[in-house]
Amino acid sequence: MRNHRPGRLLAVTAAVVTTVAVTAACGGGGDPGPGGTTAAGACEPAPPGTKVELTFTSWVPGMQKTVDLWNQNNPDIQVKYTEVVGGNDGTYQAYANQIKAGTTGDLGMIEFDNLPSFRLQNGLADIGGCQPVAEGIDGYPEWTRTQVSFGEEGAVYGVPQDVGPLALYYRKDLYDAAGLKPPATWDEYAQQAAQIQAQGGLIGNFMPDQPAWFTALAWQNGARWFTVGDDGTWKVDMTDPKTLQVAEFWQKLIDAEQVNTIPGIGDVEWQALDAGQEWTLIGAPWTAKLIETNVPSGNGKWAVAPLPQWSAGGTAGGSWGGSTTVVWAGSAHPYEAAKFAMWAFGDPAALALNNENGGQFPAHTGQTDLPALSEPSAYFGGQVIWTEFAKANDQVDPSFAWGPTMTDTYDTLSNGFGQAVNGQAKLADVLGDAQARTIETMKAQAIQVG
Amino acid sequence: MTAPTRTSTRQNPLSVGGATLFMILFAGYFLAPVWWLVVTASKTRAELRASHGLWFSGPFELPGNVADVLGFDGGLFLKWMANSVLYAGVGGAVATLVAAMAGYALAKYVFPGREAVFNVILAGVLVPTTALALPLFLLFSEVDATNTHLAVLLPSCVSPFGVYLARIYAAASVPDELIEAARLDGASEMRTFFAIAVRLMAPALVTVFLFQFVAIWNNFFLPLVMLQDSTLYPITLGLHTWNSQIPHNPDLQLFVIVGALLSIVPLIVAFLFLQRFWRSGLGVGGVK
Repeated sequence: MRNHRPGRLLAVTAAVVTTVAVTAACGGGGDPGPGGTTAAGACEPAPPGTKVELTFTSWVPGMQKTVDLWNQNNPDIQVKYTEVVGGNDGTYQAYANQIKAGTTGDLGMIEFDNLPSFRLQNGLADIGGCQPVAEGIDGYPEWTRTQVSFGEEGAVYGVPQDVGPLALYYRKDLYDAAGLKPPATWDEYAQQAAQIQAQGGLIGNFMPDQPAWFTALAWQNGARWFTVGDDGTWKVDMTDPKTLQVAEFWQKLIDAEQVNTIPGIGDVEWQALDAGQEWTLIGAPWTAKLIETNVPSGNGKWAVAPLPQWSAGGTAGGSWGGSTTVVWAGSAHPYEAAKFAMWAFGDPAALALNNENGGQFPAHTGQTDLPALSEPSAYFGGQVIWTEFAKANDQVDPSFAWGPTMTDTYDTLSNGFGQAVNGQAKLADVLGDAQARTIETMKAQAIQVG
Repeated sequence: MTAPTRTSTRQNPLSVGGATLFMILFAGYFLAPVWWLVVTASKTRAELRASHGLWFSGPFELPGNVADVLGFDGGLFLKWMANSVLYAGVGGAVATLVAAMAGYALAKYVFPGREAVFNVILAGVLVPTTALALPLFLLFSEVDATNTHLAVLLPSCVSPFGVYLARIYAAASVPDELIEAARLDGASEMRTFFAIAVRLMAPALVTVFLFQFVAIWNNFFLPLVMLQDSTLYPITLGLHTWNSQIPHNPDLQLFVIVGALLSIVPLIVAFLFLQRFWRSGLGVGGVK
């Protein structure tokens, strides 16, 4: 789902508090740790005739209905569902506490960018050896499989739930009237930015408060912010040429006042869209429903095009948001929990419910077979926008990995971006600061950083 | 306690006017957010964005908005309200009773270690409740009591500051002679406490109760850490949940504002109702 606004402080507290638990860091290829991950071979179903009760928490609206459907059809594996507040709004803090107290229950929702943090807390069970997972994991796109395995062969630390491949929402009516086509490359995007400025509009918005959005753009260009060596030492590189290219691109647009620089994904943004100020919006699948609900005046005017590329004919993508469902290391029934997760985020009936009630764009590759995702959308001028996103999803670069202290990294980025759009800093410097600060935070948590 | 206030004839009208103006300015400063809340809660969602925040605009929708909030999601807001009243009411009352007894005992009984106990309690005043949330969570996890009413209620039942205040006040307002007299008349220590001390300490106890009531009412972090089940939430956590869901359901934006307005009503009622206890101490004139 989307990234945080309010609960940062809490999450930071969580990060600080968890420090104690993470003394023996075990990065990508580390050892499971005491009482930590379930050994892959130990994933056996409960003896026949046993009634298993599982707990599951998430903040996807309407997820209860998906759980109800499962409970109807699986009298022996009953799932008790609790809807909680968003991860960064407090639930990650709660998870961290529960891991320490050993009261996590069985299943929980975690966004991709927070997965490494919970892996480092030894909170996640490796369900790669559970038969339902081993059989079904290939149904998810490669990049999501890499994200949930941390590159460990055969490991699965979470079932991909929904994804946020970027695409370009654009005002088709304005583009048609101006005789423009949606930009295929970032060069074209920059050219159009000047043309649109001449017509009194703005091509889009650089959202200073949405660092995960910028991350997704750097991701598209092949940035590798976090890598883990064989010895478990992390390397942080947020100022590589790829990232700096993205930063300089936006810096020019900001300096030329060709893009808006208002907070994204909230009232301010909706007002700007409502007023017809911005001609495009770089967004994820979940953004569609938000635009539709919050900008009724745009009805029939918007359309979706592929994300512009750095080289003509390129096919690279990045993901903004997206989440997984994990089986906690403390679960007494990893097999049943994994079976439920694979069903809830892989079975067409479940995916249809998740999409209908929670607006989720499923990670599972079968997503565009869903009736709801193969229908033309009236708001988007009769376009079947989901095929665009499905294509984008296949193009997401599989090698991007998150760091273990993303909440903190995001904070530094959004504070810095806020200054940058006011002309008090340069985006490139903000990235340098964020890198330094991230390394500092990781060291403070006794994580090995090279 | 002090003699009734006398209006001095020597007061400078200019300074009286200045003081009044100062007070009015401050009252305005503190009431402006409440005013905004009332105005905004009476608008329609469309007017919310379109109109100025400090004046009414469009139809007066307050009753309709309140009904919407109360009816949303099967009356969830009313449940939160009831939870808040339970946590703050019971927690405040128990904390006041404990503080009164402890404060009275520390002020009026001489026993070894008295100052040590008092100092430990004073140290408790300095520890922020936020810092205690995680240890409390781990403790409650041990006994499997997280995610229950008790998880929020029990920690709310102690108020170190209340003990401190009660001790100071008991020392100043409960004369030893009265306690002596009660003992001579054959009253038990319990009876002396409840029949005499509590009444004399009433203004302080009302203060302790209100402080604790407001502190629990506004407490956010402890429930956040302890509770997962939204039917156990107090209003603070409930409104936070709604606020985080606004992008999915834009109606919630107005609901959060109306909910915030409703959530301060019990606080205002509590203050207006208990205010009169502050007027004067009962002990005035009790001892000559």
